[in-house]
Amino acid sequence: MSTETSVLWEESLPGGSIWSHVFKRGTSLRVTDTEGSANVSVLFYNADNFVERYNMPDTLKCQHTAHLTQGHCLYSDMGRVLASITHDDLGWHDPLAGFSNKACVARQFGEGTYQALRNDWHTNAHDLILVELAKYGMNERDFTASVNLFSKVVVEDDGSFRYVEGHSPAGSTVELRSDMNTLMILCTCPHPLAPGGAWAPKPVGLTVKRVPLPTLHDPCRLSRPENGRGFTLTERYFL
Amino acid sequence: MSLVESQLTPETAVYRQVVPAGDGWIHEVKQGQVFRIVDLEGNQAADTLFFNAHDYSDRYSAVDTIREQGNLYLTTGSELKTIHGHTLMTIVADTCGRHDTVGGACAMESNMVRYAIEKRYMHACRQTFVRLALEWGGGLEKRDITHNVNFFMNVPVTPAGKLTFEDGVSAPGKYVEMRAEMDTLVLISNCPQLNNPCNAYNPTPVEVMIWDV
Repeated sequence: MSTETSVLWEESLPGGSIWSHVFKRGTSLRVTDTEGSANVSVLFYNADNFVERYNMPDTLKCQHTAHLTQGHCLYSDMGRVLASITHDDLGWHDPLAGFSNKACVARQFGEGTYQALRNDWHTNAHDLILVELAKYGMNERDFTASVNLFSKVVVEDDGSFRYVEGHSPAGSTVELRSDMNTLMILCTCPHPLAPGGAWAPKPVGLTVKRVPLPTLHDPCRLSRPENGRGFTLTERYFL
Repeated sequence: MSLVESQLTPETAVYRQVVPAGDGWIHEVKQGQVFRIVDLEGNQAADTLFFNAHDYSDRYSAVDTIREQGNLYLTTGSELKTIHGHTLMTIVADTCGRHDTVGGACAMESNMVRYAIEKRYMHACRQTFVRLALEWGGGLEKRDITHNVNFFMNVPVTPAGKLTFEDGVSAPGKYVEMRAEMDTLVLISNCPQLNNPCNAYNPTPVEVMIWDV
């Protein structure tokens, strides 16, 4: 396995659209919020066994956190690390609020049909993700909680949610290292708690890289003792 | 937290069942029926999943539920939403005050990460969930086991984004009661966790009750 980092390819993903790729162990995805205020809802599955998938509660409780940033690991329901956050400019990505559906989008932005708007139509994450899952033989029964990159929702002391506007400035980046062969499904529909108004979903830049496997001194491995065990279990899976 | 008591009495329930810790319960609650879970000895976690009884793919969604109510905690007035935005149940009484739905259910695998790899052998909620789902049939399987409600569990989140497990806010005899808005399949794992101080390392029974109203 290479110890060098190299860029494999780059592309840009328009707002309001869907994308997926199986990131082999030893690759990573850097996502750039090119214009600012993007939202990318990401779902994660073990590409070698789709019934193993990202588990939001397991991820949050073993790291004692309700937000995600650099140093955190994204756990499957099988105690393994599907991906880890190796770089983050922002300090907070939302794991709690889920992704948009048709009702959310209608409430925020009104109806917008393909007939009237062509590819600027008002898409919603639920429908796009459903179709993308079907391409891998899955369906709505495989829906999981998403990680909403570039979005911040604060939980106040009384439990109420407060969406933070303007959280992500233009140029913000976050990097997800794939620690297994991980199917990532990315949807750039607006966050379901974002203020409505004119439909203007933001694009993001994608950089796919080959990266070294985590060493014994990897910051994500060392960020908590739980993550040390998580990486051990992940490494055993590949023995 | 506001506490709301029920007017219903256990003597008029059409169904009662004690569920020991480490065991589970799967049962259809009909539209209009009222369903109660009682924390018999206090600080127990009743890990619970809900499905549209006529279409199991239309199932409880923790993230949709908390986003649509704009609040992380479940209590009286909370509507338990499906991935399609349907309301399966509405909480109509709650003497505990709040319930968690982001702490999930314990599993052999997550116990290995959280506590020690040697904990793998210990019984866990997701063992009960999967076994009862498979025994019930109708196509239910592991992928239908998603993020559950933890009735009586206290998992506070701070404005700084910290998540902690605190001592329960529950106590012996506290209960939560909900009205079925649709025919709903309810799946409970009464948590067997022995590694977590939230139940004083002592998991205890809960009782379920159903009324025709």
